[in-house]
Amino acid sequence: MEKLLTELKPGETGKIIALRGGRRMQERLRSLGMMEGNHIRKLSNLVWSGPVIVLVDRAQVAIGFGMARRIIVLTNGNNKT
Amino acid sequence: MKRPAAIDTTSKKILRKRTISDILLVGQPNVGKSVLFSRLTGVRTIASNYPGTTVTYTSGRMRFAQETYKVLDAPGTYSLEPLDESARAAVDLIDDAKRIINVVDATHLERHLPLTMELLAQKKVMVVALNMSDEARHKGIRIDAGKLSERLGVPVVPTAARSGEGIKELIHSLHSLPVPKEEEKDESSHPGHHPHIPDYSQRDIDRGHVHLNRDKIWQRVGEIVGEVQSLHHHHHTLSQRLGEMSVHPVWGSLFAVFVLALSFSLIRLIGEFLIGGGIGILGEPWLELPFGTEFLFEAVFKPLLKKLSLLLGEEGFLHKMLIGTLIDGDIDFMQSFGILTSGLFIPLAAVLPYIISFYLVLSLLEDSGYLPRLAVFLDNIMHRIGLHGYAIIPSLLGLGCNVPGVMATRILESRQQRFITATLISIAVPCAALQAMIIGLVGDHGPWAVIFIYGMLFITWLIIGLILRFTSRGFRPELLIEIPPYRIPSFRALISKMWMRILGFLREALPVVIAAVFIVNILYQLKAFEYMADFTAPVITSLWGMPKESIVPLLVGILRKDVAVGMFAPLELNIKQLITGCVVLSMFFPCIATFVVLFRELGLKYGLKSMAVMLIAVTLVGTALNFSLSLIIP
Repeated sequence: MEKLLTELKPGETGKIIALRGGRRMQERLRSLGMMEGNHIRKLSNLVWSGPVIVLVDRAQVAIGFGMARRIIVLTNGNNKT
Repeated sequence: MKRPAAIDTTSKKILRKRTISDILLVGQPNVGKSVLFSRLTGVRTIASNYPGTTVTYTSGRMRFAQETYKVLDAPGTYSLEPLDESARAAVDLIDDAKRIINVVDATHLERHLPLTMELLAQKKVMVVALNMSDEARHKGIRIDAGKLSERLGVPVVPTAARSGEGIKELIHSLHSLPVPKEEEKDESSHPGHHPHIPDYSQRDIDRGHVHLNRDKIWQRVGEIVGEVQSLHHHHHTLSQRLGEMSVHPVWGSLFAVFVLALSFSLIRLIGEFLIGGGIGILGEPWLELPFGTEFLFEAVFKPLLKKLSLLLGEEGFLHKMLIGTLIDGDIDFMQSFGILTSGLFIPLAAVLPYIISFYLVLSLLEDSGYLPRLAVFLDNIMHRIGLHGYAIIPSLLGLGCNVPGVMATRILESRQQRFITATLISIAVPCAALQAMIIGLVGDHGPWAVIFIYGMLFITWLIIGLILRFTSRGFRPELLIEIPPYRIPSFRALISKMWMRILGFLREALPVVIAAVFIVNILYQLKAFEYMADFTAPVITSLWGMPKESIVPLLVGILRKDVAVGMFAPLELNIKQLITGCVVLSMFFPCIATFVVLFRELGLKYGLKSMAVMLIAVTLVGTALNFSLSLIIP
């Protein structure tokens, strides 16, 4: 199921399938491991639209909420509905 | 949007000041360039476990086989298309470097090789240092350095800068690199380049600028990493588990509060212990030992000074200069105000202990890797005042000394952010020297008075931040940072860093304090302050409720804040005036060193803006405090 990174629950994993936003924004995300095809695990999201913290490429990265919405993740979750 | 400096910057190069180096360390933030630099040159540098510790280059010399090399440590950059001020400096240095050591993180090879590819595309003569290879081994990551070297066409040396592993091999391979001839433009003649490295700088022509074809780079990096790296299963390490726990929304917030409370308590505990031998956090110490800087001054130094005082006849110009005024026939280190009394006591006995304890705790926070996590947790609050969480790092550094704090704002991306953060630091973040004196002077009235001053400054910081957010335009970038793994601070590195910072304090503070005491005494003799006090009385007395003579400490604060607080002592202020005085003094003009750095970092226009904000803020806060405290305290 395709989701925005912000919609993932803490602990949920998935694969990054697309990045939205300008070329520079995409480059910044990629240089921290947010690459199409990489596996990503959401560790935590902070209250009031705070940063999202993920584990990608064995490293923790904190991403601002607005930026995290530009990362599209394919969850291997069993979408029952 | 303004286009960033691309690879082709030939026109700009002429304007730039060139810094030519024999060997330049290049790499992404937090790969350990500064530690490696210290290993190569023996020059001590400040290294920490968070991205952005180095904001300007450090230069050193390395001798090897009868040759001396000039080695530069550049700030970290993710790419040759820089995003912030400090990365821009790194890119400039790369253009003028003869040889490059490209430092990459062996634990995240795929993330670091794109920069390597960009450097290769620029035909740089270079060696790749595969740093943190000890950590990679520990994590079950194996990298075939030989094969990687073959694929890249340049030497690859596994290193672990922290333990010194591989440094010798690195130097040897540097020595065997071909020396580039000056102004060599024929690219194909560079040895050390294999023809199978494709030229990525071709040709993604985009609005007339030549850009590297990023997609091709990522693809090639993926191929190389697949060939040279193998992963072995490994168990969750303790540091990883702790790392995940400390970013949990609930546990992480509690942990942040705990860490901050513990840090402040430790600073106070160690500081007070070093000053008076007392052990305690709030109020009266639980235990007092005959120990500490105050004890040393009172028991050892004072008898000597008393003899000198008698010798000088207890008065006269020279006595006034060296010993100062006797209070009830005795030397009072806080009030006498001579060069040998207050001039030495303030920096060495009252402030130095707090400098030591503050930097000890800060270094522990820095090296363990907790600071970026704190930045993430505070991002929410910081965002509401127009900053992002990373601005907390310069602000925390500012609690030690405003100068490095203001300089560290270079790690922030937009001009607006740098302006807001630097302005807030210079107005509402008291440095350790100032804090030590406030605790020393106001602490006698009970801990609540000190806490009140801190609270007032924090509220001021918050309100000015909010106002600046809505009045200054500019883009507010979002937080995007890599959180480094927890590391156990290395004792050697910790001591070396502390030593540098303490030495830095002594070198900068001692001469200025002594000069300040000297100048003030001269001006007193000339009665220059009397005219000034009458002139400024309308603000100081009518609005702030302070005696008109308080203008003297406020002006001295421009030289050194710690000396200025000390000058409140003989004025016999009541608690209300003392609180107002300390808050106003903290805000009123930064000390001269901060002032210079602030203007250098922000430029004239924004520097003046910052000063205007400061003058308005200090007038309002001082007045508000005076009238509201009159209601509470009769």
